[in-house]
Amino acid sequence: MAKLLAGVTTSHVPAIGAALDNGKSGEPYWQKVFSGYEFSKKWLAELKPDVVFLVYNDHASAFSLEVIPTFALGCAESFPIADEGWGPRPVPAVEGHPDLAWHIAQSTILDEFDMTIVNKMEVDHGLTVPLSLMCGQPKRWPFKVIPLCVNVIQYPPPTGHRCFMLGKAIRKAIDSFPQDLRVVIFGTGGMSHQLQGPRAGFINSKFDNAFLDRFAKDPQSLVKIPHVDYMREAGSEGIELVMWLIARGALDDEVNEVHRFYHVPASNTAVGHLILENQR
Amino acid sequence: MAEEAYEDIPGTQVFDARRSRKGYWLNMFCMSLMKDENRKAFKANEAKYLDEHFPHVSPEQREAILKRQWNRMLELGGNIYYTSKLGATDGLSFQNLAALMTGSTQEQYAAMMVAGGRSPDGNRSKSEWKSRG
Repeated sequence: MAKLLAGVTTSHVPAIGAALDNGKSGEPYWQKVFSGYEFSKKWLAELKPDVVFLVYNDHASAFSLEVIPTFALGCAESFPIADEGWGPRPVPAVEGHPDLAWHIAQSTILDEFDMTIVNKMEVDHGLTVPLSLMCGQPKRWPFKVIPLCVNVIQYPPPTGHRCFMLGKAIRKAIDSFPQDLRVVIFGTGGMSHQLQGPRAGFINSKFDNAFLDRFAKDPQSLVKIPHVDYMREAGSEGIELVMWLIARGALDDEVNEVHRFYHVPASNTAVGHLILENQR
Repeated sequence: MAEEAYEDIPGTQVFDARRSRKGYWLNMFCMSLMKDENRKAFKANEAKYLDEHFPHVSPEQREAILKRQWNRMLELGGNIYYTSKLGATDGLSFQNLAALMTGSTQEQYAAMMVAGGRSPDGNRSKSEWKSRG
């Protein structure tokens, strides 16, 4: 049977990808960011997952205002890298796992989550920066990826509670997949940041650290945070943190926090990162 | 209809239904800059590109685009993930745009971020921005 081993949460700041791609990762500014992932790269390489289920948001790359799915599940064989205005990032194409992805689509829809099934989708920094942070710069990504793209741009995004419950449904689907697969779930985005307008540069490390403190042991206290509180306390783009709750919902109630990293800033953003293991 | 609670957050345009409808063509223009050939055509003649391909962009939005009034674009329904594509076409990163939108120099803005960013204290409510004048 397929087995969910662990969860990884991380910010997905585009400038991190640009720093890597342009050979700036050794600079002191960026070294402070990448140092938080040294443990994580070794940890993931040793864990050797077959599939990563990667929760992220599209930044007006695959989807525009023409179509705005709340939860879009990538069921394709592969996902090309998007051109976000600078040309596509020079990273390997992302290979999907259609068998498991379709199984999850069917299972979650019958569990009353109205998923959008996507067979053609370019993926942007929201998905590729977490892969770069966790794997470095390989010629091929060392596992298959199932993208789950969540709308957090058009207000309102799904609630934290809905995200958490979807995570539980995804877990049920993974647990019922008959093939032996080692699966890890990533929840990406955040932490506090605001990219727009006169309040840009907003960072709330107190909010972020309280979120990190409660994420492993008391996620129930986080699922009730209303959207306005995220936007007021964590910046208008800090609302991306609801995506972390999908990963948390998929994990066991009791988890071991094996790694934590928090650093301000990467460009405009507070970088937060956790690794949680199920107690197998 | 009662005003949404998020309208009290200072310096912030929450991209809700009203703003999304207002900004549709402005944002879809920005979206067109995902393609290199469109970036080249736009840069070659900005006004002509807008007139030919995006006639539904409003006169105010058109002016804001041509004058690169980044905050004005947001007030007119622009969304930062779209307007940043216009920024990228100009060679500007998210951090470059943030400095412009906050009225800082690049150096000032980058230094503020390295020092921990803009504090939540005094930046949670419009009432706090009013009182500081």
